[in-house]
Amino acid sequence: MIKIRNLTKIFTDGHREVRALDDVDLEINQGEIFGIIGLSGAGKSTLVRCINMLERPQAGVVTVDGTDITSLKGRALRTARQRIGMIFQHFNLLSSRTVFDNVAFPLEITNTPKQEIKTRVLELLELVGLEDRSDSYPAQLSGGQKQRVGIARALANRPQVLLCDEATSALDPETTTAVLDLLQDINRQMGLTILLITHEMPVIQQICDRVAVIEDGSIVENGPVLQVFTAPKTRQARRLVRGVIEIDIPQELLERSANGKQNLLKISFIGASAGKPIMAELMQRFPVTVNILFGRIDQIKDTPFGTLVVELSGDAPALQEAWQFLTQQDLQVEVL
Amino acid sequence: MHTKRTECGFRQTLRSIVHSIIGTSAAGVMIAIATAVLLLSIRTFNPTIQHLLWQATGETLYMVGVAVVLAELIGLPLGIILVVTEKGHVLANALINRILGIVINIGRSVPFIILMVAIIPFTRRVVGTSIGTTAAMVPLTVAAIPFVARLVETALKEVDAGVVEAALAMGASPLQIICKVLIPEALPSLVLGFTITAVNLIGYSAMAGAVGGGGLGDLAVRYGYQRFRGDIMLLTVAVLIVLVQIMQSFGDWAAERLSKK
Repeated sequence: MIKIRNLTKIFTDGHREVRALDDVDLEINQGEIFGIIGLSGAGKSTLVRCINMLERPQAGVVTVDGTDITSLKGRALRTARQRIGMIFQHFNLLSSRTVFDNVAFPLEITNTPKQEIKTRVLELLELVGLEDRSDSYPAQLSGGQKQRVGIARALANRPQVLLCDEATSALDPETTTAVLDLLQDINRQMGLTILLITHEMPVIQQICDRVAVIEDGSIVENGPVLQVFTAPKTRQARRLVRGVIEIDIPQELLERSANGKQNLLKISFIGASAGKPIMAELMQRFPVTVNILFGRIDQIKDTPFGTLVVELSGDAPALQEAWQFLTQQDLQVEVL
Repeated sequence: MHTKRTECGFRQTLRSIVHSIIGTSAAGVMIAIATAVLLLSIRTFNPTIQHLLWQATGETLYMVGVAVVLAELIGLPLGIILVVTEKGHVLANALINRILGIVINIGRSVPFIILMVAIIPFTRRVVGTSIGTTAAMVPLTVAAIPFVARLVETALKEVDAGVVEAALAMGASPLQIICKVLIPEALPSLVLGFTITAVNLIGYSAMAGAVGGGGLGDLAVRYGYQRFRGDIMLLTVAVLIVLVQIMQSFGDWAAERLSKK
């Protein structure tokens, strides 16, 4: 749906040149929710703004649904932009317009007939659950409600793509979850392609199908969310993942493991294996004792993801066999 | 904040105006008392003076009223051009922006009394005469245009850049951004700017006597100062004070009413 090739954007600040984007390649498929994560200043905001030409790149090509956006100007660019919805961190609603009129705004821009505007706006307000706030002004709404208005407004002209520029960063965790749920519903109902950028790993974890990690203007890692979460390849990705699902094991336990003969294992269960009673089977089949030190289960989009830290004790041969058994399962086992 | 949209009838509006001017604040009460005292003291003067005073008040309101409307009509587009031609804005154009900025600064740096005399030939071309109240309106308008343009510029710059960006992202044209985003979003500030212009023009209009324009300032100079009538001087100043207070209160009320923030 969105193809980004060799995208480069350089900002000049006096005599200093800042490479905000350095030869970025990315492909976003029709109907998926794609996340771009990075720390502030990594270039993610510039990247998303290059997709609707709010920033013009120095080099590279961006195509949205087959149209080369980078080559467009004037009226042609405006028409293309009408097919790309966008929501913002600070919502950017018109303070002088009511909720209804804010959602009607993009329809006025495309010269939609009045009666049609009315039906469409009411339909959208119902979709985002704000039918009763139609006459309120943005100043009277909470952050979450403002972002819902933003979403309704972005969807008004039935775009193929929705760009989310740190759309939940100004919201509290609970509201963030609600807004993300809404985005996911929209993605499922309408098959809308969503590209979201964020610095919050939980956002990626909750709704994204694929994720790209950006640092210093370059994509350093890119893949399905589950893969990046469970087996991050780069240092940057590991650092981001650690905050969310990684566990901190007390130093004392690690030392105990290093000194003694005990085996401290970290076992990760992904998907279906998270439901299997593997530990029980292990204890029944082998003369080993399992001491569970830590356990948790997370959800990455729709896939359950379990983590268990166990201490195995027993004879060396038994431990060996237990280890063999574990590695044959559909699990990731790691000795700590 | 005024948010009830049902309260829209003419009578309610009128009531709110009266309320805002006299009813709600200590300042409002002061204005009401001052106005009453003023009207009573005017009646203690002889009928000729009274007639002169009312006539001068009418001249001032006429000059200022017409000049402020004309200046807004011309200054508003200029202010908009100043903003949208700025670097990075919707119609960025460094050359136009620079030239317009310089012209406006020149206009603002000429003292009014000099401007009034300097443009006499122009005034004669426009209204057919260089003497009288109508003739004074021309330099008043000319002086107010650059002032309005700068006030409009300041008001429009207050509009959140993110909102303009959102409109651009939706595919709005520059004209749509001006008419549907910049002006409506800045409306309360624009109204305050309009008030400031009107109040300022009352000050400028005191110099209209120099071209026989009449008005309250002229009355104060000719009768109060040159004929040593301190009481008339005081009276005209009191009328000016009350006029300015009423205009400012009304402007504040209207801006507050329009603001949805």
